[in-house]
Amino acid sequence: MNAERDWRGLLFVAPFLLLYSIILVFPLFRGMWLSLHRVDLFGDGNFVGFGNYARLAGDPVFATSLANTFIVTLMIVPVLSVLALLLALALNSAGRGTAIVRGIFFSSAVLSVTIVTLIWRFVLAPDAGLLGEAWQALGWDPLPFLSDPDLVLPALAITTIWWSLGLPMLLFLAGLQQIPGDMYEAASLDNASRWRTFWRITVPSLRRTILLVVMLQTAAQLQIFGQAQLLTGGGPSGASRTAVLFLFETAFGRWELGYASAAAEILFLIILAVTLTQYWATGRATEAQGG
Amino acid sequence: MSSLELKDVRKAFGATPVLDGVSLTMEPREFIAFLGPSGSGKSTLLRIIAGLETLDQGEVWLEGRRIDPLPPGARGVAMVFQHYALYPHMSVRENMAFGLRNARVPRDEIESRVGEAARVLEIEDHLDKKPGQMSGGQRQRVAIGRAIVKHPRLFLLDEPLSNLDAALRMRTRVELAQLRQRVDAAFIMVTHDQAEAMTLADRIVVMNDRTIQQIGLPMEIYTRPANAFVARFVGSPAMTLAPAELAESESEYARVRLGDGALVETRVKRAGLPSGAKLQLGLRPEMVSVAEAGAGTADAKVVLLERLGERTLVYSVLADGLEMIAQDEGVSRLQVGDRIGLRIEGAVAHLFGPDGAAFHPEQSA
Repeated sequence: MNAERDWRGLLFVAPFLLLYSIILVFPLFRGMWLSLHRVDLFGDGNFVGFGNYARLAGDPVFATSLANTFIVTLMIVPVLSVLALLLALALNSAGRGTAIVRGIFFSSAVLSVTIVTLIWRFVLAPDAGLLGEAWQALGWDPLPFLSDPDLVLPALAITTIWWSLGLPMLLFLAGLQQIPGDMYEAASLDNASRWRTFWRITVPSLRRTILLVVMLQTAAQLQIFGQAQLLTGGGPSGASRTAVLFLFETAFGRWELGYASAAAEILFLIILAVTLTQYWATGRATEAQGG
Repeated sequence: MSSLELKDVRKAFGATPVLDGVSLTMEPREFIAFLGPSGSGKSTLLRIIAGLETLDQGEVWLEGRRIDPLPPGARGVAMVFQHYALYPHMSVRENMAFGLRNARVPRDEIESRVGEAARVLEIEDHLDKKPGQMSGGQRQRVAIGRAIVKHPRLFLLDEPLSNLDAALRMRTRVELAQLRQRVDAAFIMVTHDQAEAMTLADRIVVMNDRTIQQIGLPMEIYTRPANAFVARFVGSPAMTLAPAELAESESEYARVRLGDGALVETRVKRAGLPSGAKLQLGLRPEMVSVAEAGAGTADAKVVLLERLGERTLVYSVLADGLEMIAQDEGVSRLQVGDRIGLRIEGAVAHLFGPDGAAFHPEQSA
């Protein structure tokens, strides 16, 4: 009787489970399997154990791509989170005006990466771009954002921040609207300044949203790819090659599927570790402050 | 020196007026209840006193100091919110200390004030809990504690008991009454529950339709309502208002004729009543008793009985369709559908003019 019922229940989730297995579970294990083999596009390849991983450990190109990924993530996530929160605070009021402005700020999020990079290629172009013109108007030499190895990662970060601002802003807006208004009234009767109200009421109330935004954005930006590939192709001389771009080039440029899979597994473990650390650290911090 | 003083306070939201010239003077340590239906403007008035709402015109004074231009935190008032508005991420202790810290009260002073309030409210064991870990009644105490520690000159309570279950509400009512004995401050409580207002308040301010209808002692509001609205709003069940017209009489007191022809002798002076106008006879259930059919002032048919234990409320209909509530003894033998007589005690009945103005019986000494 019980077993029968269990089977019928399973039928309802079967379509989802099937798709989930084909699209997610199978590739996950296939990737692990691939990472232990030397494989090209044809044939099953041969087992090399942890050979691919050993090779990665000594590969300076992979090391640089990882470093680039971390740097660009560190440039993006804090600025993006703070900007999104400030925008949400500014737009957290009813009215037609703010609704329109919210829409405008969110609109960049619906663009595809191709269009975003196209726009920013123009903006960043030193001779004719918006930034170049602005620099020249101020009497400075325009900066070669996409060809200077020191400027290309900031350029990537700016482009990504502009593109990704919409979702975190919406998450913060949703979070702000969850905070009951009478708490702010109580704070005003408690003689709290605006600054103190922000730090003692708003920020603690948004704790979960902040954690969510930072975790989502960190996981997303560690996989940054399209902007790097389309804006600079990883150049100049690898200065903007990110980890996923390295993966892509290895797998579909040099057809070393096993080697690329090993790099993917390492990136997966890094993202997992970073996310869990953030989760754990936030939990500890709030416990310590009694939140 | 008077405690709170409101001078001709006016407020409108856009084109909708919500307060039309409200004035009030409170005695020191007085407990006043704002009583009225929703939309009467009572909450808005409380929020204006707290500084959470601006006023369009008028002045608010507290103990000789004009407070309406001041921010909420500088007014010397403390408020207990209807939904408590505790800070969920702070412990009970931090909740109570937050306002004092903002006011830069020395640390040991904060300690002692919070400790004292916790002792009075019997929440000492919960000081390190979060509001989310506490029951509704305990949260209510924390909200009151947060107000007490500020040593305000005026407590503002916004429907403080409405979120508690019946048993807890009775207990908290008693505790509020005890609290005000201990605290050297005035209280204003907003409520729509007349029992709360009657039991807690020194004076009741009945509000309706953006204005104060009557300010008076609880029993005064009940026995000498200023107008038909107050008469109907205070008292449960509501006072019956029977259409009536003046009948000929030699007496100096008014004699009125009800719709079904019954005559009622009142003790309301005939002089001063609007002549020839349609009047209303105001009768509380305890002014109408049950008699044999034909033996009372008027005859009626029982449509509903409410047996309350110590008395029975008899909802009846007169020959002309008028509903009238009478009172009978607790173990009444009446049945729905019975034909009865109603004995109206005209000597204590009220009369109301066409504009709702009240005319009370002369008090027999």
